[in-house]
Amino acid sequence: MTTTTLAVLVPLLPFLGAVAGLLFGHRVPGLVRPLAVLPTLTALLLAVLVAVRQGGGRAVDAATELTPTGSVPVELALHIDGFAALVAVLVGVVASCVQIYSTGYLREDPRYPSYAALVSLFTSAMLLVVYSGDLMVLLVGWEIMGICSYFLVGHYWETPEARAASLKAFLVTKLGDVPFLIGLFALAADTGSFRVTTILARVADGGLDHPTLIALLLLAGVAGKSAQFPLHTWLPDAMAGPTPVSALIHAATMVAAGVYFVARLLPVFATSGAALVVLAVMAAVTMAGSALAALAQDDIKRVLAYSTIGQLGYMTGALAVGDRGAAVFHLLSHGAFKALLFLAAGVIIHVAGTNSLAAMSRMKGLRDRVPDAYWTMTVALLALAAIPPFSGFFSKEAVLGAAEHAATGHAVAPTAAGWIVLVAGLLAALLTAAYATRLWLLAFHGRGTEAPDHGRQPVAMTAVLWVLAIPSLAFGLSVGVLPDWFDGGSLTPTLTTSVLGTGLALIGALVTYGAWRHTTALAARVPMGAVAASPGGDGGAVEAEAIATHRPAYGDVASAPDPADPGRLLLGPVHRHAAAGFRLDAVYTALFVRPVQAAARLVRFLDREVVDTYVRGAGTAPRWLGAAVRRAQTGNVQTYLSALLAGTVVLAVAAVLVATAGA
Amino acid sequence: MHLHLAYPAVLAALLFCVGVYGVLARRNAILVLMSVELMLNAVNLNLVAFDVWLRDSLHAGQALTLFTIAIAAAEIGIGLAIVLAVYRNRGSSAVDELRDTAESAAEEPDPAQEPRQAKPSQKAEATA
Repeated sequence: MTTTTLAVLVPLLPFLGAVAGLLFGHRVPGLVRPLAVLPTLTALLLAVLVAVRQGGGRAVDAATELTPTGSVPVELALHIDGFAALVAVLVGVVASCVQIYSTGYLREDPRYPSYAALVSLFTSAMLLVVYSGDLMVLLVGWEIMGICSYFLVGHYWETPEARAASLKAFLVTKLGDVPFLIGLFALAADTGSFRVTTILARVADGGLDHPTLIALLLLAGVAGKSAQFPLHTWLPDAMAGPTPVSALIHAATMVAAGVYFVARLLPVFATSGAALVVLAVMAAVTMAGSALAALAQDDIKRVLAYSTIGQLGYMTGALAVGDRGAAVFHLLSHGAFKALLFLAAGVIIHVAGTNSLAAMSRMKGLRDRVPDAYWTMTVALLALAAIPPFSGFFSKEAVLGAAEHAATGHAVAPTAAGWIVLVAGLLAALLTAAYATRLWLLAFHGRGTEAPDHGRQPVAMTAVLWVLAIPSLAFGLSVGVLPDWFDGGSLTPTLTTSVLGTGLALIGALVTYGAWRHTTALAARVPMGAVAASPGGDGGAVEAEAIATHRPAYGDVASAPDPADPGRLLLGPVHRHAAAGFRLDAVYTALFVRPVQAAARLVRFLDREVVDTYVRGAGTAPRWLGAAVRRAQTGNVQTYLSALLAGTVVLAVAAVLVATAGA
Repeated sequence: MHLHLAYPAVLAALLFCVGVYGVLARRNAILVLMSVELMLNAVNLNLVAFDVWLRDSLHAGQALTLFTIAIAAAEIGIGLAIVLAVYRNRGSSAVDELRDTAESAAEEPDPAQEPRQAKPSQKAEATA
């Protein structure tokens, strides 16, 4: 088979699996698991084959036009360069892990068939985005991911949190998608094509008339999809979905689509210095703010969600300084270790029966209950904190190195963008290590009553953790090979940023450790912790209960009033605001939700009280008239005849009068 | 000798007026029918008189009169049969007592009926 055929099959197989799963899943329960796992695994194998054949060399391009559109043609096009080939492998790996993990995590869930089919459909859409060489086809995958995310976040739709979160995720990402669509049209209008290759060729010739406008419009969609400030608010709430969904969609793939899109069209963005500075500021605010917020969260998954936002900030930062190699490198390593973090967190939530770090910190021996999750999560947290020699160190240093490169004026990107990204990146490195340490200490080094024993975790779940631990450990080794797949720029860590970044990370970790030692005595005095009591249930059931009970138990979905939290000590007065995501939701409520609701009330008033009055009046007047006329209907035929005669006489007289007057 | 047209015309008008009065004012159904006959005969008189006055060679007026007489006979037959049936049913043939088609007070639209009337309109809104 040619590489093109293989590449077409990669998105197609999970799609067919999803269709078959939706059609037959409920009727033939035995088929559900094979239909969920096998197409994704095959797609992974094919993606690996495509990557091997492509080999970082010349991009594979193929296109077929289904039907003439009359103006700018829309083609089914493939454009597989080194970026696409590697990202597709990442998507395949994470999706396969998630599908296998879900067979254990949601093994008793009655909605598992539709869940697995939606995950397959999602995987197929993401692969379509990765391979597509036509922006309209890419948009199709982009939007399918949006709707799949909506359904999967709302998987536990019995809980109000999940319902609200799914709607929020959908609306906020759509808010970005509208300008995104307009931006795509503007881009096509300027370049005369939706094909990536054609667009890039035109941009290289300087054929772009409105680069800043187009770049900013596209950035809105990217901010929505990749959860960048100010459209990031949906991602922490999306943690109301099952953990495998968080791992797949909200850590490794869908949120990476925005970054990947910018990487693919980076020359378009690079033509506008203003757009790059905007991107840099967006990335900086995202990195710093999300790291502070992550330090204050109580829900283990919300910590990871804010951490995802921050790591995506690193990627957009790398793009802002014009180095897409570093951005995609961080995308790949982050995809692996963040998926691992989420899947391990799912195991922990299952065992602990709670998603609250405050409750976990009052449990003794949680790490002995789940040694697999403990060790793999430690690896992943070290990677997240960018401690050498784990994968996160290399990719994050590549980003910081690129920023330093730009700051010293050695890159095409504006120097300002370089400085913004560098400073924010270093600050975020400190905070990242701090919240990673806090999570690790609170989750695994609790003191108090013995952790509940839920027996052994399914092999499907623990094996996947070790599979993902391998790239988290060793992906950094590829740092010498990767430039051949990307643009060729070196990704090797530079000495200055490495020392700075690692030093700051170590400081963050040590300070957090000190704070934890200081506060841990308090924990024994303040008993806390609500634990979901369903020892027999699968992970999904326990998690749904944990999510539903967090607000009743602690008064808030994000934080718990735990004085023994080291984050509270470290952040001081900022903690209150950081826990609430810096009140951005409240700002949006005041700015958008309330005005819209007020407008809706006004329209309702106008409709009911003003328009309807006319409608009712139009009905009432004829009714009264009818009542008056009905009185004449006495039933006496002679009366009718008399009236008829009188009318005839009047008409006759009138006719005569008119005739004589006219004469 | 020729009778002047005015005499039969005035006579016909008077006859017609008497008929109209009878139809509108009499209570007895049989008298109403007789009044109708008077009106028809007034018309017949006019037809014959004008036929002569206009010297119509085809005598269409006279021919039409014959038709009118025949139809009047049929009409009075049916009319009397109806009056008879009404009388047998009700024991009276007074016209002003036959008020079954009158708008009765019970059929006035009351507020309780409005929700039932509102439902179809709501449904129409929903499907619109």
